[in-house]
Amino acid sequence: MREVAIVAAGMTNFGELWQSSLRRMFVDAASEALEAAGVKKVDSIYIGNMSAGQFVGQEHLGPLMAGELGQAGAAAARVESACASGGVALRTAFMDVASGMSDLVLATGVEKMTDGADVTAVLASAADQELEAYYGITFPGLYAMIARAHMQKYGTTEEDLAWVSVKNHRHGAMNPKAQFGREVTLEQVMKSTPVSEPLRLLHCSPVSDGAAAVLLCPLDQAHKYTDRPVQIIGTGLATSSIALADRSDMTYLDAVQLSAVRAYEMAGVGPADLDVAEVHDCFAIAEICCIEALGLVEKGKGGAAARDGLTALGGKIPVNTSGGLKSKGHPVGATGIAQTIEIFEQLRGDCGKRQVEGAKVGLTQNMGGSGASSATHLFRRV
Amino acid sequence: MSGIVGYGAHVPRNRIKTEEIARQWGKDPEVIRKGLLLEEKSVPGLDEDTITISVEAARDAVARAGIDPARIGAVYIGSESHPYAVKPSGTVLIDALGIGPEVHVADFEFACKAGSEAMFVALGLVESGRVEYAMGVGADTSQGAPNDALEFSASAGGAAYIFGKNDLLAEVVETYSFTSDTPDFWRREGAFYPRHGGRFTGEPAYFKHVLAATRAILDKTGMKPADFRYVVFHMPNGKFPLQAGKTLGFKKEQFDTGWVVNTMGNTYSGSSPTGLAAILDVADPGDMILMTSFGSGAGSDSFVFKATDLLPKRRGRAKTLRSMLDGPRRYLTYGEYAKYREKIIVND
Repeated sequence: MREVAIVAAGMTNFGELWQSSLRRMFVDAASEALEAAGVKKVDSIYIGNMSAGQFVGQEHLGPLMAGELGQAGAAAARVESACASGGVALRTAFMDVASGMSDLVLATGVEKMTDGADVTAVLASAADQELEAYYGITFPGLYAMIARAHMQKYGTTEEDLAWVSVKNHRHGAMNPKAQFGREVTLEQVMKSTPVSEPLRLLHCSPVSDGAAAVLLCPLDQAHKYTDRPVQIIGTGLATSSIALADRSDMTYLDAVQLSAVRAYEMAGVGPADLDVAEVHDCFAIAEICCIEALGLVEKGKGGAAARDGLTALGGKIPVNTSGGLKSKGHPVGATGIAQTIEIFEQLRGDCGKRQVEGAKVGLTQNMGGSGASSATHLFRRV
Repeated sequence: MSGIVGYGAHVPRNRIKTEEIARQWGKDPEVIRKGLLLEEKSVPGLDEDTITISVEAARDAVARAGIDPARIGAVYIGSESHPYAVKPSGTVLIDALGIGPEVHVADFEFACKAGSEAMFVALGLVESGRVEYAMGVGADTSQGAPNDALEFSASAGGAAYIFGKNDLLAEVVETYSFTSDTPDFWRREGAFYPRHGGRFTGEPAYFKHVLAATRAILDKTGMKPADFRYVVFHMPNGKFPLQAGKTLGFKKEQFDTGWVVNTMGNTYSGSSPTGLAAILDVADPGDMILMTSFGSGAGSDSFVFKATDLLPKRRGRAKTLRSMLDGPRRYLTYGEYAKYREKIIVND
């Protein structure tokens, strides 16, 4: 297997991008990556996208996006794993390069969520239709049940949840591409409108438009395109039961843990070696559960991490320096690639005010549904 | 010079408070009161609709004009709640007031800008010499779906303006219209409640059109914000007009008189026209007044008016808008409100 590097990245702002269509956002992000590397033609393109079919009535993104990007003829296909689509697109691109099948591959993600579709209903199609969605449950409801279970089992409090939002907004306020790049106070979070108790509005990631792209190539060719490549040293993809009720422990995201173990083993690094991590905080409770499953904190101790500053910039392991899904925005299919770009830029030292000084090893973790699929990647500065 | 020769407004007596609507849906009333700056809104009675509101307002307009209604050659009612899908509202109004039958009548619709649209066309007919007097009315019994943000604002009321060339209460100094295809809010044929694009109704819709129309009319007249004593913009909630005004450099005191939304609600097609009526109720001769409407879909009409010496002499002939907002009111429970707005299905 060849060693693989990321050599360039491109990303739109995240937000309600009413002036930009699905294809326009894709082209903006992908062409930024191509121009940064000075690349005219790629071998293949993987497009992480959860549900353009339901959001804007557009399927068959492979040929559409290849053509729009001026890459007609390239091997191109959409990759789907709900909100983990971007992470799985990155893994697919990695395997394409690592296997020797392709030399230049774009791993991208795009989602257009604000064109009028019933977003909650579309997202709910990532839950188990027979066991969950049929009964009316939506993702805020599923994550609220995880939060309740975590509170009951470990004594996690609503304030612990709120600290996750406060921290991520503090980080996001330093990210010019963030949808809600402003700080929020603990009081604002605690008083925000209840969505599905105990989750309040400011515990929940927003509905967003956006696209992100990274360019991959074999590590030994990377210096043709950049003098600061970042190597992908591990990838892990895992699944769990799609229905939350089928899991033995609602508070433990076993697919996240399994995807992390696979990535750690491949990379030969562990949680203690990480300098920075982007994890899937679609709801505040998700970040708490993910950092436990990733081994960044002990099982059951995730609640205190944000409050105690462990996961803040300057803490032991800064988590979601981009602002996370909460502050940066969550155009679902693009999220996994946007996380990758944050780590890419952190390891290159390009993050300005939110830079983790001297970051050498980083992690991204991107999940689908209520944690039924998870893609974890590890990166190292070259 | 053409201008306003008579005006009148009407707001129903029923009210519902923000707290009462919030209580029904488990929302925090403080968030609405502070976020949207809405305290209460007017609610039509069971026997009130766009036609009755228009007639009440038009009667007062005729009284202030002191003209024979038969000389009014055109009547246009702008509304998004005309009681009939097919059959004009205006025909009832002309018969009630003794206008016509030699009169041109039409009902207008342009979401919340239908009232200023009616005024715009009425003014044009007078200016052209086609008719001696023309009336433009904006009135609505606004629809807002239960538990939608609109439910806190959608209210009932309207204002009527008669345009002519002599004995003006306010001169029309300039007009300007700014329109584009912007689908921010709509109600399809047969649908009971409008739908909207959430925050899309803000920046690309309301603010884009209100700011553009207002900037253009300032440019066209060579006037500055400081030249106006009073300003009124369309009031979908309390916050938007003040925010737009601040962006343009207007001060809060220029808005205070016409900013009636906090206790009246959004009377849709009647919104900026009722605000203008509140201004004419108190303006001094020579005062400059700026009005910019907004209708979803989307467009804005801007008018610059100048109050005349005749205005203070005539306005006492009919009731002021403030007297209706601050006068006798009847507060409804949500249950009564639901009954009055025919949200409860009963057997025949």
